[in-house]
Amino acid sequence: MATFDEMILTHRLFMRGFPFSRYKIDPLPSSPLTKPLSQAKVALITTAGLYLEGQPKFDSSIKLGDSSFREIPRDILTQNLKEGHRSSAFDHRGVRDDKNLVLPLDRFREMVENGEIGSLNHRHFSFMGAIIAPGDLINKTAPQVADLLKSDNVDVAFLTPV
Amino acid sequence: MCNQIVGLIQAAIERVGITTVSITLLKEVTEKIAPPRAMFVPYKLGYPLGKPNDPELQKRIIKEALSLLHRNDLPIMTEFKDV
Repeated sequence: MATFDEMILTHRLFMRGFPFSRYKIDPLPSSPLTKPLSQAKVALITTAGLYLEGQPKFDSSIKLGDSSFREIPRDILTQNLKEGHRSSAFDHRGVRDDKNLVLPLDRFREMVENGEIGSLNHRHFSFMGAIIAPGDLINKTAPQVADLLKSDNVDVAFLTPV
Repeated sequence: MCNQIVGLIQAAIERVGITTVSITLLKEVTEKIAPPRAMFVPYKLGYPLGKPNDPELQKRIIKEALSLLHRNDLPIMTEFKDV
């Protein structure tokens, strides 16, 4: 289980001091699903810093964080994804071994085949979560992704951190 | 930071009318951000779907998270029990 207490000292002090409450979601949006999951179109979002060969890597040199995102097409080979997350706060070995650990495209494909989910959107999105100043993300890149998903008629978004 | 950023992206997506659910590895952060629907999983940072190359566990986690999609008593954060 992950808690602040098990992090190395510098990460722990940072997390304890960070004003997370400033970013409390308010007002809280609510859009409950009104159709069965077996008819819903699903998109996956991760902050694991995944990208594909040929796409620019996330920029780890931006001190306050890179708020950009990469588009991940549905039909790629999941294990062809690359992981370029700058954080040293997590163990990178798991995701390097199996990308489904953070972006479970293969699992969702299986659920579509089984009829448990209606369909998978033709694109998914990856961010690199180590963003200390999330202003640009809140005002620009997250709403951009939301609008793209809306234009794709996506019903459900499934999100994963690292 | 990832767990915070997930919540912020999630809010932007829910705001345009798309139903969202997220996995969280840090309860302490997600409680403060309070995204619409989250499920805490008892794994180390970097392992939101439990274990690499364990499709059965990964699918159990996904299915339990997806079971929150019809809920509107928000915000909610449930806990996944790894039996």
